[in-house]
Parts: sequence; C-alpha cells; structure tokens
Amino acid sequence: MSEKVLMKGAEAIAESAIRAGCMAFFGYPITPQNETPEYFSRRMPQVGRVFLQAESEVAAINMVYGAACTGTRVITTSSSPGISLMQEGFSYIANSNVPCVVVNVMRGGPGLGDIAPAQADYNQATKGGGHGDYHSIVIAPHTVQEAADLMFKAFGLADKYRIMVVMLMDGLMGQMMEPVEFREWVDVKNNKIPVWATAGQGKRARRNIITSLEILAEGLEKMDIALQEKYTEIKSSEVCCEEYMMDDAEYAITAFGTVARISKTVVDLARERGIKAGLIRPVTVWPFPEMVFKKRAEQVRFFFDVEMNEGQMLLDVRLSVNGKKPVYYYGRLGGIVPSAEEMLDELEKLVGGKK
Amino acid sequence: METRVIVNEERCKSCNLCVEVCPKKVLRISDRLNPKGYRPVELFDNEACISCGFCYLICPDAAIVEVRRPVKAKA
Amino acid sequence: MKTLYKVPGAVTDCPTTYCPGCPHGVAHRIIGELLDEMQLTRKTVIVWPVGCSVFGYYFIDTDAVEAAHGRACAMATGIKRTHPESFVITYQGDGDLASIGIAETIHAAARGERICVIYVNNGNYGMTGGQMAPTTLLGQVTTTSPYGREAHANGFPLKVPEMLAVIDGPVYIARASLDSPKHIIQAKKFIKKAFKVQVNDLGFSLVELISSCPTNWKMTPEESLERIRKQVLPVFPIGELKVDEGVA
Repeated sequence: MSEKVLMKGAEAIAESAIRAGCMAFFGYPITPQNETPEYFSRRMPQVGRVFLQAESEVAAINMVYGAACTGTRVITTSSSPGISLMQEGFSYIANSNVPCVVVNVMRGGPGLGDIAPAQADYNQATKGGGHGDYHSIVIAPHTVQEAADLMFKAFGLADKYRIMVVMLMDGLMGQMMEPVEFREWVDVKNNKIPVWATAGQGKRARRNIITSLEILAEGLEKMDIALQEKYTEIKSSEVCCEEYMMDDAEYAITAFGTVARISKTVVDLARERGIKAGLIRPVTVWPFPEMVFKKRAEQVRFFFDVEMNEGQMLLDVRLSVNGKKPVYYYGRLGGIVPSAEEMLDELEKLVGGKK
Repeated sequence: METRVIVNEERCKSCNLCVEVCPKKVLRISDRLNPKGYRPVELFDNEACISCGFCYLICPDAAIVEVRRPVKAKA
Repeated sequence: MKTLYKVPGAVTDCPTTYCPGCPHGVAHRIIGELLDEMQLTRKTVIVWPVGCSVFGYYFIDTDAVEAAHGRACAMATGIKRTHPESFVITYQGDGDLASIGIAETIHAAARGERICVIYVNNGNYGMTGGQMAPTTLLGQVTTTSPYGREAHANGFPLKVPEMLAVIDGPVYIARASLDSPKHIIQAKKFIKKAFKVQVNDLGFSLVELISSCPTNWKMTPEESLERIRKQVLPVFPIGELKVDEGVA
C-alpha cells in the first residue's frame, strides 16, 4: 500500500484503474462523471496508455468491446443515459465472453432526468439490461477507499471470468473527497495477449474468432447454457457482502452504495436510542448475497430496505427472505438523497408499530 | 496438354459469370450436379483457352482455383 | 505450367453463404490475395459486419471479431489503439456503414484511425430481403420503396467516399467496381494502396466497392453487373477521391 492521499471519488477510481493495469479508456462526456475521463485524459498519456474520447457512448462501448477482444484491460465510465446507450454493447460483450470494466455514476431518471445522485439503474445493471439471457458482475462501493479497492477486484474478476464488471456509483460518491490509500501497481511491462484473444494470429497454431452469433438454435442454446454455468460458478464463489452490527441485531437495514453509507449512521443513532439495528450491505449486487438474507431472516424481526429508487433491490431482498419476515421499504426518488434523520424516523415508526 | 483452368466443382454455384466474361468462349455450364445441386462450370476447349484469367477474376466463389499457361520449352 | 492466378491460402476452403453471382466473394478473394502477398495474414484482425457478410470470418482465414450492426469502425478502433502492431480491417456493407454506422465511420475517418475500411455497396439491404438503403438509386424499387425511391420522400443516394474526401483525417479514399475483370484488377490496386497506408502508419483508408445483388435486384448475375455499368456507376463514379502525400 502507498501513503494516503485526499482524493475525489471520481479521480480515485481512475487512478486505481490505472494502477490495476487498465491500458485503455474509451468514453463520452456526461455529467456527473466528467472528472473521471478528465483524470484519465491527463494520466493515461503519462503512463503510455490509451485515452480516447469517442463520438458517442455507442461508439465508446464498441471500442471497449474491440479492446476487450484483444484481452486488454479496458474501461469506460458514464452515467445513466449514457449507460442506456451502451446496452447493445453490453449484450454483445456478454455473449462474446470478453472482459471489461464499466463504471455507472448513476443520476436521476428516467429520460434526461437530472444530474443528482440516484440508484435507479439497479435493475438495469443487475438483470442484464440489454437483450438476451445474461448478467454482468455488479459491485457497489460505499466509500472512496472501497471504490479504489474494488477497482482492482473488478479487473481481476473481469479477467478471471471473461465478463463485464459494472461498478455502480453515484454523483455523491464521485464528488466526495476522502483519504485513500492505493494498492501497489500491477506490472504491465510483460503483458501477454491471452490465447483466446484476437490481435492477429501471430505464432498461434489456430486463428481466433470472437462472435456472439450462432445461427443454429441448438448451437446458441449451448452457448447460452455455457453462460449460465459461468454465472452459477460466479454466484457460488464471488458473492461479497458487509454486515455491520448484525451480530445481535433485531432489525436489519439493507442498502447499497451511498445509502448504505448513510445507513451506518442510522444504525449508530438507532442503537443510541435503544433500537438494536444492524446493516446488511451487498457489495456485489449481482451476484446478490441471498444466503446472508436467508440466514438473518431467522434472527431479525424485519428487514428495512432503503434505496434512492422506487424499490429495485427490494425485490431481490424479498426473494431472498422468501416471506420469512416482513421487508419494508423507504426510498427517495429523482435524485434526492435520504438523510439519516428521515431514515431513522421511518425505522422508529416501523419498530414502534412492531414492538 | 495440361488444363489451363482448374475448377473446384464443389464450390461452383453455376452463376455463369465466367462463361459470360470468357473472351474465347471456352467455358460452359456442365450437365453434372455438384453436392449443392449446382451444375458446375467446365473448360471444354483447352486448346483455345488463352489463360487470360478473366474467369478467375470474376468468379465470386473461388471455384476457378487456378489459371496457368504452358511454359515454352527452352531451346 | 506457370501459374498466373491462384486462390490464395488466406481464402478458406469453406464455401461461401452468398447467393450465386454475388460479388462479395470477389472482394474476399482480393483481400485474401493481398494479405498473403503482403505477408499480413497472421497480423490481421478483420472486423466483420452485420449483413450478408456476417459470416465472413468463415471465408477469410485471419483472427476475426463480429461487430454489432454499424459498429465495426468503433470496434476496430479499440483493437488498433490497444494493439497498433496488428493489421486491422473492417468489412462493411452499405446498410451497415452508410446508415446505422455512419457516425462511427465518419469519426474513425476524422480521427485518422490507422484502419482500412472495405465498404461493399450493392444499393440495398441484402440479407434482410432487399430493403431500401441510403445508397439506393432514385427510382430503384426495393421492398421498402415499392414505387421506386423518390427524392422528396426518401432523399438521395449517399456518397460516402465523396463525404470523407473533404475531411482531413483520411489519407486514402477510393471507389472501385466489381462488375468486370478490368475493374476488379483496379479494385485490387486501390485496396493494395489502402493496405499500404496502414502498413506505413499513415492513417485512415477506405475503398468502396460497387457491387451487385442479383437476388434482390431480381436479375441474373450478368444482368446485375450490366446494371452496375449502366445505372450505378454514373451515380457512383469510380476513381481515387483522396490520395494524400506518401500514399504509394
């Protein structure tokens, strides 16, 4: 680890990506994430890597797709409307089994919406988003330090499973300045082109073809099943979840990203008032930590899901709890960040009603 | 004399373009059927062929595999 | 016997999926010949399009990727930028390049991406059954211009090389035709120049190849080539439209 530096989330993720061996950035400007590409544009030439501003998000993701086909560590960052435009590329990337990292700094929607922090792209990110039966690994940091750490993990998972990894953030995380300690640089001097990649056949015995096309239904079904098998493996090995004050908790708040960060304060405030609250914070929102919820359903009186959307993760929580305990929801829409006080009020109302 | 035009009959789709562009009219569609059900082209007059290569150039299916000309015996 | 012409090794043994008389195969063979002659085959990645040539990777023996419809130039950019040592070609039809992919094409050209674009124009969407394309001639009947393309409703045929020739990024822009042996020889000459542009790291090159679609034009292969000469080439004249310094 290096020494601590004070950095904005938007810049910390870029620096961390570079240290994690990211060789290329392709992207298109959109608020509220412009500090990230701007940082890449300064830093990538300094370290002899690629920064390219594309003509659109559609082009950007297809540049990422091309670079990913060569096995190069590659990233794009965008925000909700831009991410919508990229869905076509995500779907192709999924069925081509190529690795890349995408950061979505979510903003209020639908449509042009606003540029305030939101979490309304949860469903889009965790359920695929584009056409076809596919998933990406989706991770949701709640501090700048965690975002920097998870960026290393994101590239590792992308390479390990040849899959797209999405980091879900919001403008609050991007703008927030926090001390951050970066991991050691990944050595890229001896980068090799993977055997499956397409960068010219060279001395390989066979040429490589990367395609998401299989015109025969029987063949495509085989490809689809292979994808599902990969997802099953990821579900069994890569679930990541933080539990805060859950050991003796009677009430489990659950939230991801920015809301999870606020929820920790809510847990502390609640405990000051004698309410034994805890927090379940999915770090991977896909694969979703179903077992954690299943287990805690034996322990807590209810779950209290808080999100900056109309209750998108709520459905995954309910599926995991499977009716064993009540799951309540509180959320703000349109880019409003709920305050700890209002969340505590809601929690107290629920506890009061249930005591 | 060895054949000047080598045809891969399996690849031919009987499009007739080579027959059409041949300046000496030495190619024709045969009455055989290939495995795809097309009647492949054939060189029926090797003597009159001038190895111009037009058939090779216009062939969209790499069915005209090779065009050659005899090497004059050195004195 | 001395060999004058021979199908190159870069063209695979796999029979093409094209209709009888479709000139896609001619374009493939020219590319294969040049890759072998210029010893580029093992350095090459071809970005194949969506359209009739979607299965192109079965027919030319190089590393290959399959782009989404219209996105070939963007994908090629991603490959070439991260692997400048690779030789990167996109192979695209007129629906793919001139309609849905026109933005990616123009911007790759404007950036001077070190890629070669082979642009096959047969004036309609062949694979989907012969719909109107941006390149469809005025008056031409297609399945979505059943009364003939009419300028007031459908605009005019889009001339991509002419458009690209006026921007600074491209180094070499040309249009050839696949209607006759003479023009096919010229097409190979143009494509060779385009390939050399990338080999010499000069910048972006594009060669449009005027092609036919006998099936959807509802003509015999010979008639379709005759139509190219009589009707298409007057609208899409062949020649070199931009040849920057250093192009050989």
